[in-house]
Amino acid sequence: MEFQAKELFAKHGVPGTPGIVANTPAEARAAAEQLGVCVVKAQVKAGGRGKAGGVKLAKTPDEAEAHATAILGMEIKGLTVNRVLIAPAASIEEEYYFSFLLDRSNRSYLCIASVEGGVEIEEVAKTNPDAVKQIAIDAGTGVDEAKAREIVAEVGFPEALTEQAVQTVLALWTTFVEEDATLVEVNPLARLAGDKLEALDGKVSLDENAEFRHPEHADFEDKAAADPLEAKAKEKGLNYVKLDGAVGIIGNGAGLVMSTLDVVAYAGEAHGGVKPANFLDIGGGASAQVMADGLDVILNDPQVKSVFVNVFGGITSCDAVANGIVGALEILGDEASKPLVVRLDGNNVEEGRRILAEADHPLVTLVDTMDGAADKAAELANKAGV
Amino acid sequence: MSIFLNKDSKVIVQGITGGEGTKHTRLMLRAGTNVVGGVNARKAGTTVTHQDADGNDVELPVFASVAEAIAETGADVSVAFVPPAFTKDAVIEAIDAEIGLLVIITEGVPVQDSAEFWAYAQGRSTRIIGPNCPGIITPGEALAGITPATIAGKGPIGLVSKSGTLTYQMMFELKDHGFSTAIGIGGDPIIGTTHIDALAAFEADPETKAIVMIGEIGGDAEEKAAAYIREHVTKPVVGYVAGFTAPEGKTMGHAGAIVSDGAGTAQGKKEALEAAGVKVGKTPSETASLMREILKSL
Repeated sequence: MEFQAKELFAKHGVPGTPGIVANTPAEARAAAEQLGVCVVKAQVKAGGRGKAGGVKLAKTPDEAEAHATAILGMEIKGLTVNRVLIAPAASIEEEYYFSFLLDRSNRSYLCIASVEGGVEIEEVAKTNPDAVKQIAIDAGTGVDEAKAREIVAEVGFPEALTEQAVQTVLALWTTFVEEDATLVEVNPLARLAGDKLEALDGKVSLDENAEFRHPEHADFEDKAAADPLEAKAKEKGLNYVKLDGAVGIIGNGAGLVMSTLDVVAYAGEAHGGVKPANFLDIGGGASAQVMADGLDVILNDPQVKSVFVNVFGGITSCDAVANGIVGALEILGDEASKPLVVRLDGNNVEEGRRILAEADHPLVTLVDTMDGAADKAAELANKAGV
Repeated sequence: MSIFLNKDSKVIVQGITGGEGTKHTRLMLRAGTNVVGGVNARKAGTTVTHQDADGNDVELPVFASVAEAIAETGADVSVAFVPPAFTKDAVIEAIDAEIGLLVIITEGVPVQDSAEFWAYAQGRSTRIIGPNCPGIITPGEALAGITPATIAGKGPIGLVSKSGTLTYQMMFELKDHGFSTAIGIGGDPIIGTTHIDALAAFEADPETKAIVMIGEIGGDAEEKAAAYIREHVTKPVVGYVAGFTAPEGKTMGHAGAIVSDGAGTAQGKKEALEAAGVKVGKTPSETASLMREILKSL
C-alpha cells in the first residue's frame, strides 16, 4: 500500500512526505490539523483509487473528517478501505513516472520511466509510446551514479531537476535492492513549486522468497483484508488460494494442482458448471497431519460440496499417502462431512489403493484416473446442490 | 544419446550431508547415477556411505569446495541441495569452479539472487538448471535431481516442463514409450535452462523422436518457445499448459506462476503454441494421447 511504500522510500532517502495514517475520521481530523490543506487517500492494494472516489482534497480539518468518514469502509475493486493516508497537499507543476522492476523475460531488471506521468503509464505507452523509456539494467552491475545519470538523461528530466533526479534514482535503486523488491514504482514523481522533486505516490512489491532477510516485512501484511481461510492455511504452512467454486482441491506439486483445477473446470461443464473451490498444494510430504490440516481448511469453506484429492506418488509412495488420508479422516472425525474423491497414481499405487479400499470410509470414493475422478467430484458437487 | 546428462556424467552433490542431500544421493545412486562425492566445507575430509544400484556400499568423499571436488574426482555435474539463504554463494562457487552442469533443486531462492547468479554465469562455462526444479533424468543412465527414477524407462520422447509433478504425471502417462531425457526447468521467475534451450538440445539429439513441452501461467517463456519451435524445431512437439482457471494476481504455488495485468495467461500460451503448429492437450491424459498418435505415425 501507498503508506508502506512511502515508509520504505523515507527509509532509503527518496524525497517525499510520508504523511499520517488514520484509521478513524477523528484521527484524520487530528492529522489535518497538523498538516493544513491535505489530501485524504484510501489505502488499498489497488490502482484507480482516485477514479473510485477514494482520494479527496480537504481544505479544513472538518473536510478531512468528512472525507475520511466517506472513504473508510468504502470498497475499491472488492477491497474494503480500513485506513486512509493524510498527505499534505502539494502544488504540482509537472508529473513524471518512474519505476524499477524485475524483467523476467530478459532475466534481469528494467527501468521504465516517462516525463509524461501522473496518468496510468499503460495509457501513455499506448497513446505516446516514444514518451515511455525502457532502460535495461544489468543485474550484475546494477545502478551506480554513472548509470543513474544515463537514466536521467535518457528519460529527459528538465535540466533544473537533474541533480535531484540522479539522487532520487539512486535512492529508488537502493530501495529496490535492499528491500528485495520486484517492483518499485513512483507515480507521480512530481515537480513541485520551487523546482522540488518529490515522490507523491508509490508502490513497492516485495519478493516473498526473500522474507528470511526481512523479518520486518511481515508487518506490511494486510491481515484485515486477507481471506480468513487463506490466513488459516498460511498459519499451517499450506499453499492455499481461495477460489469461488464448489469442488475443493488437494494435490501435491504446484503444477499438478493447477492442472487439477483446470481438469475439474472442464469436467464441471457437464455437471451444472461447477468449478474448483481452491488451490491447495500439500507438497511432497502428504503425512496424515498435513493431509488433515489441508482437509480442515477446505471443509471449513461453506461453498465446498465435494473434495477431490489428487496425488501422484513420486518420492512419497502411494501407501504413505493413503495412510495419510485414512489418518486425516480419523483426526477430523465428524468434521469430515463432505464426499471425498481420491485419485492415486504412481509409486506403490496398488498398496495405496488397497489401504483405502480396506478402510472403506463411507465418504471416500476411489477413482483410477485424474479425468474420471474430476468428473466424479464435479458430479457429487452438483448433486449436493450449488 | 540424451541431452545434458548421460551414463558417463560424474555427479557431485552440494549439501550432500543434509537431510534432502542424503536422501536424494541415495536415490540418485540407486538410479544408476555415477555419484562421485559431495561438498560441505564444514565436513570436508569425511565420507558418507550409500549403496549403489547393485546394492554394493559406496563410500563418497566430502570435499571443502566444488573446485576441490572437481580436481579430485573429475566431476562435471553438480546437484545443489542448499538452503535458499546460501544458494547464491553455492552457485557462484560452482560457476567459478567451471562445473559443466549445475542443477539447483532449492525452492525459495530470492529472485534477486537468481538474477545476480544468472548474470554472473553469462560468458562462463556452466549450464544452470533451476532453481526450484526437480532436475534432469536420462532414464537407465543417470539422474541429477529428485525425479522418481522408477516411473518410466528409456524411449524416444524428450520432455521439458516447468513443473515437477506434471513431469512425473506425463512420464507415467507415457511410460510404455519411455523418454530420452526428461528435464524439469523449474517454476521460478528467473531460471537457468529454458524451454528453448531444451528444445534446441532435443532437436539435435538423434535419440529423441518427439517432444512434450509442459508450461504453466506466468511470464512469456512458452510464447518465446512457440516462436522458436516455428523457426527451428522439425521434430513433432506436443504441448500442455496448466493454469487456465488461475485468477489474476494470485501466485499459484510456484513463485513464477502468476497472471499479472492480463499477461502470462494459459490461454495466451496455448494459442501461441498452436499457432506454431504444436498440438496442445486440454488435460495431461489428452496430451499423452496426442503424443501416442504422433509416435504411431513416425
